[in-house]
Amino acid sequence: MSRGGGHVGALRSFLKKVAQFVIVLATTLLGLVAVTFFIGRVVPIDPVIAIVGDRAPAHVYERVRQELGLDRPLIEQFVIYVKKAATGDFGNSVLTTNPVMTDIINVFPATLELATLGTIIGVIVGIPLGVLAAVKRGSLLDQFVRVLGLVGYSVPIFWLGLMGLLLFYAKLGWVAGPGRIDVTYSYLYTPVTGIVLLDTAMQGQWDAFWDAVSHVLLPACLLGYFSLAYISRMTRSFMLNELAQEYVIAARVKGLSELRVIWRHALRNAAVPLITVIALSYANLLEGSVLTETVFAWPGLGQYITNSLQNADMNAVLGGTLVIGTVFVLLNLVSDLLYRLLDPRTR
Amino acid sequence: MKRLPKFLLSAAMVAAMATSFSAVQAATPPDTLVQAWQSDDIISLDPAEVFEFSSSEIIGNTYERLIAYDIKDVSKIYGQVAESWTISPDGKTFTFKIKPNRKFASGNPITAEDVVYSLQRAVALDKSPAFILGQFGLTKDDMKDKIKQTGPLEMTFEVDKPYAPTLVLYCLGNSVASIVDKKLLTQNEKDGDWGYNWLKTKYAGSGPYIMRDWKANEVLVLERNPNYEQKTPLARVIFRHIKETASQRLLLEKGDVDVARNLNPEEIAAVAKNPDIQIQSGPKGTVYYLGLNQKNPNLAKPEVRQALKWLVDYQAIADTIMKSKGDVHQNFLPKGFLGAETNNPYKLDVAKAKELLAKAGLKDGFTVTMDTRSTADITGIAQAMQATFAQAGIKLEILPMDSKQALTKYRARQHDIYIGNWGSDYQDPNSNADTFASNEDNSDNAKAKPLAWRNAWDPGPLTAKTRAAVMERDAEKRAQMYKELQKAVLDDGPFVIFLQQTEVAAVRKNVQNFILGPSFSDNDVSQTKKN
Repeated sequence: MSRGGGHVGALRSFLKKVAQFVIVLATTLLGLVAVTFFIGRVVPIDPVIAIVGDRAPAHVYERVRQELGLDRPLIEQFVIYVKKAATGDFGNSVLTTNPVMTDIINVFPATLELATLGTIIGVIVGIPLGVLAAVKRGSLLDQFVRVLGLVGYSVPIFWLGLMGLLLFYAKLGWVAGPGRIDVTYSYLYTPVTGIVLLDTAMQGQWDAFWDAVSHVLLPACLLGYFSLAYISRMTRSFMLNELAQEYVIAARVKGLSELRVIWRHALRNAAVPLITVIALSYANLLEGSVLTETVFAWPGLGQYITNSLQNADMNAVLGGTLVIGTVFVLLNLVSDLLYRLLDPRTR
Repeated sequence: MKRLPKFLLSAAMVAAMATSFSAVQAATPPDTLVQAWQSDDIISLDPAEVFEFSSSEIIGNTYERLIAYDIKDVSKIYGQVAESWTISPDGKTFTFKIKPNRKFASGNPITAEDVVYSLQRAVALDKSPAFILGQFGLTKDDMKDKIKQTGPLEMTFEVDKPYAPTLVLYCLGNSVASIVDKKLLTQNEKDGDWGYNWLKTKYAGSGPYIMRDWKANEVLVLERNPNYEQKTPLARVIFRHIKETASQRLLLEKGDVDVARNLNPEEIAAVAKNPDIQIQSGPKGTVYYLGLNQKNPNLAKPEVRQALKWLVDYQAIADTIMKSKGDVHQNFLPKGFLGAETNNPYKLDVAKAKELLAKAGLKDGFTVTMDTRSTADITGIAQAMQATFAQAGIKLEILPMDSKQALTKYRARQHDIYIGNWGSDYQDPNSNADTFASNEDNSDNAKAKPLAWRNAWDPGPLTAKTRAAVMERDAEKRAQMYKELQKAVLDDGPFVIFLQQTEVAAVRKNVQNFILGPSFSDNDVSQTKKN
């Protein structure tokens, strides 16, 4: 009996969590939509011109304006939008004329590919650098990591991107140029996931795969560098905090090896807040880095939303904003779950 | 000793990786032309809807029209799908004979039925460029009587007034009048949409190339049309959307693309020094101008309009800011058009401008704003003007903004000065006269919004004269009328026209016959080949 009650209790608390999550997601998204919608409508750009162009005669202009529902009051437009969105209809983009979600499904994998690789690089390189900087505080290495981080923060990414291209692509020829894959290979595989590396590998097109690798290498390293700059700084400060704790002293007194103290005990505790940092930095990259995407001709979410915004293509902007909002909420959820795994106190 | 082989091994691995990467990126295939261009303006590939620069170029290379013109001398008009044509004595009915035994890319024969369908379709869909045909009095309701099939290979096109024949012919040579494959489109029609939703991203033409694939903001692929008489030397042409011009330059110099289409003047100058690269250019029918809003009491004074025309350093703008991308030009008709005036009387003359300002009672100048799109060339020109205006005491405030935002404001007549460019819709002088020299209704809620209206300028008798010029069937007399219209606008109009655009492309040396024509739909790769 008591066991069964425990199950029910666990289920209830699980359901409660799910309900909480849904409510958080829904309110976040509704707020986002409201803000984006009203900003979009007060921006002094006429979306009709984006569709019909500058030369269209008056009756064509008027017809399109009505088709877009722009002749109705703002509140009415908003209610219509939310009602439709709730049923999964996010409208069509005026620029591409596709349903917004189709467009996003087309552009998001490109961003996902780049952001994921960037974050992996950032974590693999950034965390050890941060740990070493904390351990060797004040040393040459610490200074080096600090400068690396500062440069990563302060140098404009398009400049670094162009310089990277100039050096590694134009001068040295180590990597391929802008674009996701060479035109010679672009029709050798069928897009399934939209992630070129996965698609080519799954279809055994290894030449195409390696070409895609040489295309993604530079932009991924660039984004990796930026997340590394942030992650290594945060790791350093979390580690300094942990290394000053009594349990570290106790572990040392117990005679544990320094390696074990640092990488096993201190880092494990520092990892808890670090999860949030990594999740946030990943979410930032998933928004799509407009400048990186522009320099590397990477057809991702950042370029899509920017281009839509400049043309007052509000359905596309709203759809993109919703996707980014969902990504943030989901990553928050994931980092919450990881928290629970890593920190026994929260269980 | 033990560590050395390991080190060597890893060094060898790095070297192997590096070389394999560079081996991967060979030059572009010999039968394929790869172009880097900015194509984020494409919203449709249906000829009845296409009105943007990039997509007109695609339509030009993939579709045919009844007639075409020689891009070296646009006054030479010839039949493309049409074998011959006649014009009725009253000047209102054009009869076209269609070339026999010709096929669409699909294999369907090209007949008069397709031509009638194509023109009716453009009128019925009534998208942005439809007015180019609609201006001849065609509407959805009467098009069946006005555009008629009179035989398997013969059709007639009837206009409402006896227009100058060349005007009608040029409009029938416009991309909106492209001939589409009726059979193919009927198969793909849904709910009476004339196949519009299908054709937006697909192809139904007969031109030198087939439009094979379009991924928005990524790539567009043209492939040789096997049914076209004069087979293209190249098997395919690939347009890669590369937004960043510096990236375009790197790709070109590296040989990963054959043509870079959007380099800025500095980049053009730099790549011109590369022995593997040639610079190609073609004057375009686009003029750069300032629009002076006549709602601004200062700008409404004729002396002020004149003074501003003397306060632009035309030569310096052409030579140092636009470099290879434009020539000084002060009249509203671009070079190459019927009746185009090529004299440029204005130059920078601060003393004369000051005199005119004093006459207008503005001895100490005034303050005025200029809506400026934030592109490198437009901003550069605006700053140059700010400097020269200041010499006569005019304080010019530059308001940088996004192009669509500037356009929205301009169309609402809320600017002081707008710096913009105007490209002709078709090769006839009426395209520009209609916008620069005519304004039927200067009230705020007018239906038509020509440039004269946008600057709140009532051109008085010039409107009637523009209408009359359209009816003049004697080419010489007609040219004279346009010369007079240009003179009137040059002297007194609210437009400071200062430049005619030259389109420039950087092309690798092994590419031949890459042609930049007078309009964007004339940019031609049908005879391009690679050595």
